[in-house]
Parts: sequence; C-alpha cells; structure tokens
Amino acid sequence: MTPEPAVLATRGLTVRYGDTVAVDAVDLTFLPGSRTAVMGPSGSGKSSLLHALGGVVRPDGGEVWFENERLDRLSEAQRSRRRLARMGMVFQFGDLVPELTLVENVMLPLQVLGERARPARSRALEMLDALGVAEVAHRRTGAVSGGQAQRAAIARALVHRPAVVLADEPTGSLDSLTAEQVLDTMVAITTASGAALVVVTHEHVVASHLDDLVVLRDGRIAVGAPA
Amino acid sequence: MSAALPLLALLEQEPAHGYTLKQRYDDRFARTRPLAFGQVYAALSRFEKRGWAEVTEVEVVDGPERRRYRITPDGVETVSAWVYAPQQPTEFAMSNLYARVSVALSSGRSAIDVLDRQRVQHLGRMRELTGLRKDADPTELLAITYELAHLDADLRWIEEAGNRLEELA
Ligand SMILES: Nc1ncnc2c1ncn2[C@@H]1O[C@H](COP(=O)(O)OP(=O)(O)OP(=O)(O)O)[C@@H](O)[C@H]1O
Ligand SMILES: [Mg+2]
Repeated sequence: MTPEPAVLATRGLTVRYGDTVAVDAVDLTFLPGSRTAVMGPSGSGKSSLLHALGGVVRPDGGEVWFENERLDRLSEAQRSRRRLARMGMVFQFGDLVPELTLVENVMLPLQVLGERARPARSRALEMLDALGVAEVAHRRTGAVSGGQAQRAAIARALVHRPAVVLADEPTGSLDSLTAEQVLDTMVAITTASGAALVVVTHEHVVASHLDDLVVLRDGRIAVGAPA
Repeated sequence: MSAALPLLALLEQEPAHGYTLKQRYDDRFARTRPLAFGQVYAALSRFEKRGWAEVTEVEVVDGPERRRYRITPDGVETVSAWVYAPQQPTEFAMSNLYARVSVALSSGRSAIDVLDRQRVQHLGRMRELTGLRKDADPTELLAITYELAHLDADLRWIEEAGNRLEELA
C-alpha cells in the first residue's frame, strides 16, 4: 500500500533568530484535505513555523516539501511565486494593501495568476459574501473594522483555490459566534477543493472545528505526531 | 473522584500510617470534604492485596494495632499510570486532573505532559459536540452549548496552568 502523498511536509525544520531557536527540528506532514490546528503558548514558534511552511522565511535547517518540491531550496522569487499561485496565507497581523478596497485586495491573487478583471471581481465578491463582508467590499482597508479586514484577508487566502491554506490566528479579532462561522466557511471551502488547512489559534473552540492538533512548546512538538 | 489513587500517591512520598495518610489527603485534596477513616483503611488493605503497598511494621499502642505502609514498585507504576492517563472529560475530570497535576508536580513527573494529554481528550469531546451541533434541535443545542462552554473553560484552565508551569520550568 502506498501512503497518500502529502501536499506539504517538513523534516527537521529549524528556524532561528540569532540565538533564539524559534522552530526546533520539527517533522510534520499535511495531507490534501487535512485540517490541523496549531496551538501553543505565546513565543512557542507558531508564526515562525507557518512562515517557514509558506516559504516566507527560508529555514535555517531541515526541509520543506511542497507539492513534491523542496521549497527551502528555491530562491525568494520562486518561493513567492509558488506561494501566490498555490498557497493561501492569512498573517497574524494582517497584510491587506491599505490603498485598495477589500474586493480589490481579494482580486489580487487571481490577477497575479492572469485572470481577467471581470471574472476575478465577481469571484472575489462571492468569497467576501461567503465570509459575511460583502456589504463593505468597496471600502478601503482603513475604513473597515479589524474583524472585517480579517475576514477579507481570509477571503483573499481562499479565492484562488490554493492547495494549502495557512492561517495565523485568523479569527483573533472576531466574536466567538462569527469566529465559528468563519471557521466553518474555511473548512467547507478547503474541503470542497481538497486543500490542506492549517490554522494557528489559541482558542479551543476554533480548534474543535479541525481534525488534528499540533501543540508547540519552545519550538518543538509537544502534542501531535506527524501523520 | 475516587480517593484510592491519590492516597497511593501520598504513600509514594513516604511510608505512613493510615491516620497520617488521611490527614495528608484532607490537606491536599479534600479541603471541603474530609475522607472517612473507613475509606482509608479499606484502600490500604486493597493496596496490600494487589501488591501496590506492603506493611513495614506493626506497633501495638495500648490496644489497637497501627500498621505502617510503604509503596511497592508496582504501586509506583500504578501511580504513574493514573497520573498520565487522560480522563473522559466529564464533570469529575477536573478534580481528578487537579489531583493528577498536583501529584505530578510533587513527585517529579511531568505536569505539562499530564495537561497536554488531558487537553487532547477534552478537545476530542469538543470536536464531537461541534459536529453534533450542526443538526441539533433547539433543546439539544442548549445542552451541547452548555457542555461546550464548560469544556472550553476547563481547557482555558489547562492552558493557563500549562503556561505558568512552563514559565517556572
Ligand atoms: N523577527 C524576529 N526576530 C527575532 N526574534 C524573533 C522574530 N520573530 C520571532 N522571534 C522569536 O522567536 C520565537 C517564536 O516566535 P513566534 O512569533 O514564532 O511565536 P508565536 O508562537 O507565533 O507567538 P504568538 O502566540 O505570540 O504569536 C519567540 O521567542 C520570538 O521572540
Ligand atoms: Mg504568532
């Protein structure tokens, strides 16, 4: 029996900042359609792990495999290309383009992939609608609430049907009811497309919408074995 | 929570008579509901029968016998198994967890490990409930939401306790 191929995997993944070892020799495997919560105390390396998985930072040691390719061996430009085309990322502190409206932000990944403006716009609007923020789609990022901006960032991470979605505290600014609805939407959309979903969260209610749990402590996996 | 295993854990700390053991138990685990002597003696004779404890001396002080007990290696293993085994997340799980964490801390076992294991159990139950909620009728929904809120509160305690222990470590 051949094991199901992972879409994303690490071996001995290590990320350092000077003397700080933020991620310490971590082995993880994410299958298509898997849903994983990453938890752990503040400073345990959750964001650093996610950034290395998404190729935002190059690891200081170990390997990151994404769609059968060594992500850590690619140049910065190649990594961003893979990320923009095949991954959806939601950053902990947001990174919507402030000069653009929400819908323009959500259209960006589609346009980078060469989609024409009109279909891109209607798909982006659908996605904003699914996340409950259609009514502020034409406002600039600075003119919406933190929770609305957060939902637009999630829409942008999902809109191009990526193979993996990496979300860092995606519901941190949402009330618990909205947080659960947003989680359900993320799960439904990634399930439909077979994408792997990885969500960093400190809320167990959020984690209860996902199937697997990884707990980091001091950059190491305290709970949750590699698949 | 059954008192037996916490008693065995107290015996692990040092050999003791039933009376001393009861006092230690009350101080440590049962501030509001002291243990009956009968329970302590019943537990000790059960430990002896199962080979978890043995009598080291018998003194006779004007009348009644006082038996001093000591834990055996099998008993130590039993304590370990109890401390590390996550419990079904029922309403009794938390007082049990509290006792297990407390024993782990005082016996040099990993309290964080105990918490992490229990978290997995709790989260498993939350997952189940989250799934059930999707097609629950209003009455079921109330019950499910109630249990979820409790589990969430438990988990917050687990998380906070874990983080504090981390800081101390
Ligand atoms: N750019 C950086 N420069 C130096 N140290 C960093 C940097 N980013 C993170 N660190 C350190 O690396 C460790 C892990 O940080 P990381 O941001 O990955 O943690 P986290 O689990 O995401 O925390 P939080 O829950 O607070 O978001 C911490 O000790 C942090 O101080
Ligand atoms: Mg972080």
